[in-house]
Amino acid sequence: MSTQSTSRRAIRALTWLLLICAALAALIGSGVIWDKQSWVPKLALDLEGGTEIILAPQIQEGTQLTEEQLAQAVGIIRQRVDSAGVSESEVSTQGGTNIVVSIPGTPDQATLDRIRSSAKLEFRAVLLTDAVVSLEAVGGTNGGTTETPAPTPPPFPEPTADPTDGSDTNWIGSALYNTYLTATCDELDAAGANVADPALPLVICSDDGLFKYVLGPVEVDGSMISDAQGNYLAGSNGVQTNEWGVYLTFNAEGTTAFSTVTKRLTVLTGVRNQFAIVLDGRVISAPRTLAAIADGKPVISGSFTELSSKTLADQLKFGALPIGFEVQSSETVTPTLGVAQLQSGLIAGAIGLLLVIIYSLIQYRALAFVTISSLVIAFGLTYLVITYLSAANGYRLSLAGVAGLIVAIGITADSFIVYFERVRDELREGRALGSAVEAGWGRAFRTIVVSDAVNLLAAVVLFVLAVGNVRGFAFTLGVTTVVDLLVVILFTHPLLQLLARTRFFASGHPLSGLNPKSLGAVYRGRAQFVVNEAITGAARGKVSKEVRKRQTIAERRAAENGGDS
Amino acid sequence: MSSITQFGNRLYTGETSINFIGRRTLWYIISIVGISLAIGAAALRGGFSFGIEFRGGSEFQISNPAQVDTSIAVDTVTSDIGADAQTRVTIVGGSSVRVQTDQLTTEENDALRASLATAYSVDINSVTSSFIGASWGSDITSQALRALAIFVVLVSVVMALYFRTWKMSVAAIVAMLHDLVLTAAVYGAFGLEVTPAAVIGLLTILGYSLYDTVVVFDKVRENTAIAYDESKRTFAESVNLAVNQTLVRSINTSIVAILPVGAILFIGSMLLGAGTLRDIALSLFVGILSGAYSTMFIAAPLYAQLREGETEDRKQGRAQRTEIVRNSAGAVR
Repeated sequence: MSTQSTSRRAIRALTWLLLICAALAALIGSGVIWDKQSWVPKLALDLEGGTEIILAPQIQEGTQLTEEQLAQAVGIIRQRVDSAGVSESEVSTQGGTNIVVSIPGTPDQATLDRIRSSAKLEFRAVLLTDAVVSLEAVGGTNGGTTETPAPTPPPFPEPTADPTDGSDTNWIGSALYNTYLTATCDELDAAGANVADPALPLVICSDDGLFKYVLGPVEVDGSMISDAQGNYLAGSNGVQTNEWGVYLTFNAEGTTAFSTVTKRLTVLTGVRNQFAIVLDGRVISAPRTLAAIADGKPVISGSFTELSSKTLADQLKFGALPIGFEVQSSETVTPTLGVAQLQSGLIAGAIGLLLVIIYSLIQYRALAFVTISSLVIAFGLTYLVITYLSAANGYRLSLAGVAGLIVAIGITADSFIVYFERVRDELREGRALGSAVEAGWGRAFRTIVVSDAVNLLAAVVLFVLAVGNVRGFAFTLGVTTVVDLLVVILFTHPLLQLLARTRFFASGHPLSGLNPKSLGAVYRGRAQFVVNEAITGAARGKVSKEVRKRQTIAERRAAENGGDS
Repeated sequence: MSSITQFGNRLYTGETSINFIGRRTLWYIISIVGISLAIGAAALRGGFSFGIEFRGGSEFQISNPAQVDTSIAVDTVTSDIGADAQTRVTIVGGSSVRVQTDQLTTEENDALRASLATAYSVDINSVTSSFIGASWGSDITSQALRALAIFVVLVSVVMALYFRTWKMSVAAIVAMLHDLVLTAAVYGAFGLEVTPAAVIGLLTILGYSLYDTVVVFDKVRENTAIAYDESKRTFAESVNLAVNQTLVRSINTSIVAILPVGAILFIGSMLLGAGTLRDIALSLFVGILSGAYSTMFIAAPLYAQLREGETEDRKQGRAQRTEIVRNSAGAVR
């Protein structure tokens, strides 16, 4: 390859790096201008403090919250908090009943809703339904009581037999019917529509409070959901509409149950053809059942927005809370460690970096310039990435994260060290600097890629599978590893390629750090080299050359001294 | 040129050679003694002391005190319970002070509540006490352990595929375990409280250890991957040469990695005294040194030892075959 194209490629790589940095800076800048984001990354709970939300369980009088229920609720709430990003939130319990959620910064209403609502999803068959206003009219004409209801709706016969399935009107007794006619939605909520016995029928209101329902017992519930996605609803002709819905996937048990119920409902007429979807004690929709759904993949609609459909999908995916919670208090808390720790950490880190620079200068002379500028670029790129992800992804820098970044100095610098040492090895073999850089890069690149791949694997596995603080760590590790790869490919190598063409380095100036003489390079006479090539065939020559190269130089000298052995 | 460069030259040429492989029994013994000492010291200390993030503890909240000052609470707890009560003091909502400590007995609890009321000059009813659960619950630990197990299996497979021998995976994983056990034991020996940050520090070491081993093993692979018709070196000698040739890199990398961590450990401690940052820095400091040591003195000799049972022909034959496979694969692309 010509030296011309080498330097052209080097400059192209540097341009790419500049573009990446500029793009990141532009992304952050636009966030600063339009979304009131900041040029500095946000800090985690331990360094900045945040908001502490105490959630109290909504349980009926006399019932006790079991330890398992609480542990389950903590686990689910943690997953819900984590699903919003890498926030390094903390979830713990207090006094054996309350759940304490600590979130850095100030959470908005959507976050609060996401955390506390129980997301208890039930499917029940509709037995009776009517608009609240028309039921009130009926109640009104009869003076508030409902012994003999007016023409609409017709008087309801007492049950004649035990109900046989979830759509059987024999579920409805006069007490239930009275409640249906007279109770207001607020009364129904207070009576515990969201904690109702799943084996009994239920009187309940619609989400908007306009309709009242009498529903059969629970047929399918949220625990049978294996996956949920928020997406646009498809219209009747299969074309995407601009309404949002939640696409559910049931597990085997749920699929069977859903298929059985929908088969039964399709043949029923009137309101009993409807299948009500109950979320946290309100009917969010009660669609007519047009066909049996056998694949276990129903779609639920309701007046969803993009945000609410995705929030519900997340909640359903991680499971319903065993109980609903209400926010008892929400207060700001000061950091546990404080900025003092961060500051002295940064000061100490800066001193450490200074020591690294001094050591590099001793070790690599002018070449240390490449190390230092690479570290500076790596630092800048990491800062940009973290600031961007902090704004876009809720990433928060904790003290442990800072420690991870400081260790990353070592791993990043190692890439340069591996590279330089390989270049020096090639110089010792008697190569000229230009080709030593290329050959050394070829070998070093493999090593750098495979060792970074190991780190990246750790980052991805831990990020996907772990929860809580461990995810934050995995995130930091992943970011620094990718930055390391980018910097060594797009900065260190091109820079060295360009420097290798300068007189200072190419002539092996004693201060360049790449002086063949002080590296003890073996002098390979041109003539001898040619003779070797001439004697052996092309392929044989290649192997022999490789083997010669693999011999240590001491072995080679010994071989030369000992004649042609 | 600096003397380390000269040293590097001699190592590279083979003039100077440290016998990493041959004296493996010595290195193994050093490691075993070191780990045993650290575990022994940690055991004498009574094992690990886990922070309140793991075990839960007692919590006091002082409402509307005259002074919203955290240092008063720290002093009170220290004089009442002792310095090792792992006190955490935060200001809640700008107007009340919250104190978290280790789990206290009922008597201690009542006594501290009264002292806090006196210290902040408030009525005792303005100081509420309750029990707090662990914020790093067993669910986080079990998820993290599961993730780690899956990672170790995956990384073993990846290394075995890349190096074309599972024996390198085994050697690298053993070296990693060596580092984790040693770091954890030294941490315990210092009697430091195990915080979530310390666990994260340990995870960092896990990554660093494997990273360091892979870098050196890649040189071993390079040195042993070509047929040695004309070389009189045995397989073990080739491995030894590779470790020697990467020794300068290992020294340089370890120094560069240890300098910032050491600065935090020593300078940070002077500035701050004990603190979370010092705890992490200590585990990183031990871990990085151990990681560098285990790569050269445990992983490489162990790898050579694992392949000892194979005949030279087989080792080299395999190497030759893989070389051919690699070349033909290159041609297809």
